Amino acid sequence: MTYIVKPKNHHPNLERNELGLTRRDYEGAISTLCAGCGHDSISAAIIDACFQLSIPSYQVAKLSGIGCSSKAPAYFLNQSHGFNSVHGRMPSIATGANVANHELLYLGVSGDGDSASIGIGQFIHAARRQPNMIYIVENNGTYGLTKGQFSATNDLESKSKYGEDNLFPAIDLCGMAIQLGASFVARGFSGDKDQLVPLLKAAINHKGFCLLDIISPCVTFNNHNTSTKSYDHIREHNESVSRPDFVPLGKEITAEYSEGENIDVALHDGSILSLEKLSDDYNPLDKKSALENLIKSEKEGKVTTGLLYIDPNAKDLKETINMTDKPLNKLEDGDLCPGNKYISSLNDKLR
Amino acid sequence: MDTRYLFKRHNTWWVKVAVPKDARDALGFDLRQSLKTHDLAKAQEKRWEIVELFRDQIKNAQNELSLPLANKDSVQTFMPVTDTSNPQYYHKVVDCQYACPAHTPVPEYIRQISQGNYTDAYMINWESNVFPGILGRTCDRPCEPACRRTRTHEKAVAICRLKRVTYDYKGNIEDRIPKLPEKTNGKRIALIGGGPASLTVARDLIVMGYECVLFEKDPFAGGLMRTNIPSFRLPEEVLNEEVDRIINMGLETRFNSEITSMKELLKEDFDAIFVGTGAPRGRDLNIEGREEAKKNIHIGIDWLTSIAFEHTKSIGKKVVVLGGGNTAMDCCRSSLRLGAEDVKVAVRSPFSQMKASEWEIEDAMNEHIPIFENHVPKRFITNENKLAGIEFEKVEAVFDENGKRSLVPTGEDPVIFECDDICIAIGQDNAFEWIEKDIGIEFGEWDMPIVDKVTFQSTNPKIFFGGDAAWGPENIIWAAAHGHQAAISIHKFCSGEDLFDRPMPGTNLVTQKMGIHEWSYDNDISQAKRNLVPHADQSISLKNLKVEVELGFDEQLAFEEAQRCLNCDVQTVFAEDLCIECDACVDICPTDCINFVNNAPEEDLRNSLRIPALNLDQPLLVSEDLPTKRAMIKDEDVCLHCGLCAERCPTGAWDMQTFLYEEAKVYS
Ligand SMILES: Cc1cc2nc3c(=O)[nH]c(=O)nc-3n(C[C@H](O)[C@H](O)[C@H](O)COP(=O)(O)OP(=O)(O)OC[C@H]3O[C@@H](n4cnc5c(N)ncnc54)[C@H](O)[C@@H]3O)c2cc1C
Ligand SMILES: Cc1ncc(C[n+]2csc(CCOP(=O)(O)OP(=O)(O)O)c2C)c(N)n1
Ligand code: SF4
Ligand code: SF4
Ligand code: SF4
Ligand SMILES: [Mg+2]
Repeated sequence: MTYIVKPKNHHPNLERNELGLTRRDYEGAISTLCAGCGHDSISAAIIDACFQLSIPSYQVAKLSGIGCSSKAPAYFLNQSHGFNSVHGRMPSIATGANVANHELLYLGVSGDGDSASIGIGQFIHAARRQPNMIYIVENNGTYGLTKGQFSATNDLESKSKYGEDNLFPAIDLCGMAIQLGASFVARGFSGDKDQLVPLLKAAINHKGFCLLDIISPCVTFNNHNTSTKSYDHIREHNESVSRPDFVPLGKEITAEYSEGENIDVALHDGSILSLEKLSDDYNPLDKKSALENLIKSEKEGKVTTGLLYIDPNAKDLKETINMTDKPLNKLEDGDLCPGNKYISSLNDKLR
Repeated sequence: MDTRYLFKRHNTWWVKVAVPKDARDALGFDLRQSLKTHDLAKAQEKRWEIVELFRDQIKNAQNELSLPLANKDSVQTFMPVTDTSNPQYYHKVVDCQYACPAHTPVPEYIRQISQGNYTDAYMINWESNVFPGILGRTCDRPCEPACRRTRTHEKAVAICRLKRVTYDYKGNIEDRIPKLPEKTNGKRIALIGGGPASLTVARDLIVMGYECVLFEKDPFAGGLMRTNIPSFRLPEEVLNEEVDRIINMGLETRFNSEITSMKELLKEDFDAIFVGTGAPRGRDLNIEGREEAKKNIHIGIDWLTSIAFEHTKSIGKKVVVLGGGNTAMDCCRSSLRLGAEDVKVAVRSPFSQMKASEWEIEDAMNEHIPIFENHVPKRFITNENKLAGIEFEKVEAVFDENGKRSLVPTGEDPVIFECDDICIAIGQDNAFEWIEKDIGIEFGEWDMPIVDKVTFQSTNPKIFFGGDAAWGPENIIWAAAHGHQAAISIHKFCSGEDLFDRPMPGTNLVTQKMGIHEWSYDNDISQAKRNLVPHADQSISLKNLKVEVELGFDEQLAFEEAQRCLNCDVQTVFAEDLCIECDACVDICPTDCINFVNNAPEEDLRNSLRIPALNLDQPLLVSEDLPTKRAMIKDEDVCLHCGLCAERCPTGAWDMQTFLYEEAKVYS
C-alpha cells in the first residue's frame, strides 16, 4: 500500500507518442497491490505497449473478474472503459461486449484462480468462440487475494509457503487454448518486459482471441524457494522460444538475422511480428509442433516463454457469426427494424 | 528509405546488430550504439562504420571462442560501482548544499522551518555561514540556480528567503553560542580588516582558545556589509546583531586602526596574521572632462560608504550611474532615496550580460529606473567647470568563433544624458601598497599575492589571506567559507601540523523509515509555485534609505515555500544483495531514474537508460552486477526523493536515508 499519490512531475525529456501523449498519460491510480507484485509489472508493460502504439485510451475496454490480478486494471489506462465482473465471469462479459461493439480494444485481465478454477468453463468457451480480445492471465500459481491457497496452475511439486504439498497436477492454460482454437497463444514473464511488451503489441494488432499467460510472481504467498512461480525459479528455468519484435505497419524491419534464424509473421493489418528463433524446432505456425514443444519442456522442468502459437488468418467471432461491420451499438432504428410488412408476415406465420 | 540496422529510442537513432548464437555468451543478444542524432539521413550515413565495427567484434568473439580460457579476459571498461562511502557522492546529490561555498545543510534547516523550529534552523545556518540574518537578505545565493527544482519544476526553492525566516522568527540563542575555553591557549592572531572573512576566522579561533585581535580602519566592524550594502537591503539592527555576537565572544577590536605596514605588524608578537582587507578600491574612469567635473563624479563604493557613515545626505536631481553590477544597482536605488528624481543606469554590455544579480536588477526596475544597454561612456560634458552631462557611443556585442565578445560601435549618433551627478560603479580592485615587497609575500599576476587555494596561506607561512583580499571581489558567503578554511589552516600552522592534511567532513546516514510506507520526512511533492516575497509600499520605501524593501515571508508563506523543498539529502540507498529484480521500483519512479541494464563504459551506459542521462553534471549511481548480470543504474539528475521506489520495493533493497554533511570546522 502506498500513501502518497505518484507525483505528476515527469522527466523533462520524457518521450511523446504520435498522439502527443507521454507514457505517464497512460497510467492509472496508484497500485494497492503488495510491493513487488508481478501484476504491477504487467500493468507497466500494458502502459508501455499502448503508449508505443499511440492507442487512444478511450478506445480500450478493460475487463476483469476477481482477484489481485483482476484489480490491476484500476492501475493502468485510467481513461479507458472498465468492467469488473463477478469471479470468473470476465469472458462472458468480454464476449457480450465484443458483439455489442467490436470497435473497441478489449483487454481482459484475469488471474489463474479466476480463469483456471471458478472461470474455467467461461475460459474454454471464449477460446473456442474467438472474440477479438486479449485475454491476459496474470498467473502466480496461487489465490493471492484470498491469502495464498493453491490455484489450479500451481505445479504438482511446488509446495506452499508453509510447507504443504500440492496434491493435484497443474492446468496448462496455453496448451488448452491452442487445442481449443485460440489463434494467438503466448507465455510471458512479468520480469521480462523486453519480451512482454512486443508480445502485447503484437496481440493488440492480432485479430482473434489472444491468450497471454504471464507468469507473475506473488511476492507475498508464492515467492519462496519451494515455489515454481518465484522470481528466482522462473529466471533459472525460463526457456524463451523466440525473441519477438513487433514492427508496426509501414515501418521496416531493422534487425538483421542470419538465414533460418528468423520467422516473420504478417498480421492481418499488415504489421509484422518478427520472431527470432531461439530453439531449432520452433515453429509457431504449426499447432502440432507448438503442443509438442510445450509437452517436451514440461517434462524437462522448463518454463517455455515467447509466442507459442499463432494463426494469423483464423476467423474471429465477428466473422464466424457474420456480424454487421457497423457495431450493434451504432445501428439505428432503421437498421434494426425490418419494417411493418415483414413483421406482419412473421406474425402471420406464428398464428 | 533504408533503415536496416537502425532503430529509434527516445527520438535518437541507434544501430543494432544481432549477435549469432555462438557469440552471445561473450557479447549478449545484440550490439547497439547510439548515433546521437535525431536526423534519419545522418543516421543512415553514419551507420555503416559502426555495423562494420560490430561485425569485427562478433568475428573476434567467435575466434576467441576457440582460444584457451586464459586469453578470454575482456578488455571492456565498465563503469565502476559507485563508492557511496565517499562523502562527496551523496553530498553532490544535495545540489544546493554542494553549490553553497560554505556547504550549508540547506534541506536540513528547511525541514526545521516546516516544523516551526526556527531557532534550530538558525543555528544550523549559523554554524555553516555565521551570518544567516545578513545572508538571508543579501546572499549571492549560488544554491538557487543549482536547486533540483530548476530541473523538475522550473523555479528554485527560495532558499535565501527561507534563511532570512530563520533569523526573523528565531528565539533566544544566547545559550547555544559555544562556550569559550576557560583559559586561552596563549597564541595570538592578528586579523586585518573587519569584514565577514576576518569575523569568521575570529569566531572559529576564539572557540579554540586563541586570542584574536582585529584591526579595522573604520570605526565599526562589518566591512562592505556595513559601508556598502545599503540599509534598505540590510537593516543595521540585523548587521549589528550578527557582527556583535562575534565581537562579544571575546574578540579584541582596534577600530580606527589602519594597518599601513605589514613589516611593522610582523614585529609584534602575533603567531599568525590573517589579511581580510577586501578589495577596497573602486575603479575610476579617466575620460575627457573627468578632472573638470570631479566635484560631481563619485566612485560608487566610496560614495556608498559616505552615505553609510551619513557624510552624504543628498544628491542632484538628475543622476547617471555607470556600470551593470550590484554596486551600480545599489547606487541607483540609493540615489532615488537621497532625492534624485531622474536616475538612469548605463551599461557597456548588452542587458543580458549585466553582472548584477537577476533579483537586484529586478528590484531596480521595479523602482522604475531605466537601464540603457550598449552605452559606452566617451566624455563627461561640463559647463562652466561643472558637470552638465555625459556622452555615450552606442555599440553592439559581436562574438568571434571562440565566443570572445567585443563591443563594436554601431555608428549611430552619440547619446547624451544631461545630469547633475554621476556614480562610477565599474569594478573594484585590491590595494596592497601597505604590504612591503621584502617580507616573504610573493605577488603574481595583477599584483595580487600568491595564495594557496586550499590552505589560504601566502608564501610567508605566517600570513593568510581570505575573502575579497585573496583573489578579488566575491561576496559574503565566499568570505565566510574562506574564513572557516583559513581558521583550520591557522590552527594547523600554530600546532605544527601539515596544512594540506584537511579534516574530513562530518557525515551521517540515517534511515527515515518509521514503519510500512511511513517516513520521518514529508515525501509528498508540493506542486506549489515559488512564492513571491512581499515588498514594502514604495510610497514609503523610496523616501527613506532605512526602510527595508523586502518584508520577508510570514510564517504561512515560509511553511509553503519550505514544503517545496524536495529533501535532496534524503538519499536513495541501494542494497544489491536484497534486490530480487522485480522491477517495481522502475515502474513506480515518476521521473524514470531507475534502470536495470548491462553495465558499459559511461558514455554508452548513459545513452542506454530508459531516458538517456544527458546531464553530465549529475552522477549515475552504479550497483554491483545483480544475478541476471544486469546492474542497477540510477540517474540522480531528476530524482524527486519521493521515496516511492523504497515504498514499492518488496525487500527493502531501497531505503531512504538522510545524509547529513557537515563541512569540517576547526573546532569539529
Ligand atoms: C556595493 C556593494 C554591494 C554588495 N552587495 C553584496 C550583497 O548583496 N551580497 C553579497 O554577498 N556581497 C555583496 N557585496 C560584496 C561583499 O560585501 C564582499 O564580498 C564582502 O564584504 C567581502 O568580505 P571581506 O571580509 O573579504 O572584506 P570587506 O567586507 O571588504 O572588509 C574589509 C575590511 O577591511 C578594512 N580594511 C581594508 N584595508 C585595511 C587596512 N589596511 N587596515 C585595516 N583595515 C583595513 C576595510 O575598512 C573593511 O572594513 C557587495 C559589495 C559592494 C561593493
Ligand atoms: C464467487 C466467488 N467465489 C470465491 C471468491 C473468493 N475469491 C476471491 S479472489 C479468489 C481467487 C483469486 O485468485 P486469482 O484469480 O489467481 O487472483 P490473484 O489474487 O492470485 O491475482 C477467490 C477464490 C469470490 N470472490 N467470489
Ligand atoms: S497477495 Fe500476491 S498476488 Fe496479491 S498483490 Fe500481493 S503479491 Fe500480488
Ligand atoms: S529541492 Fe531542496 S534540497 Fe533539493 S536542491 Fe532545492 S533546496 Fe536543496
Ligand atoms: S523494487 Fe526492490 S527488489 Fe524490486 S527491482 Fe527494485 S530494488 Fe530490486
Ligand atoms: Mg493467482
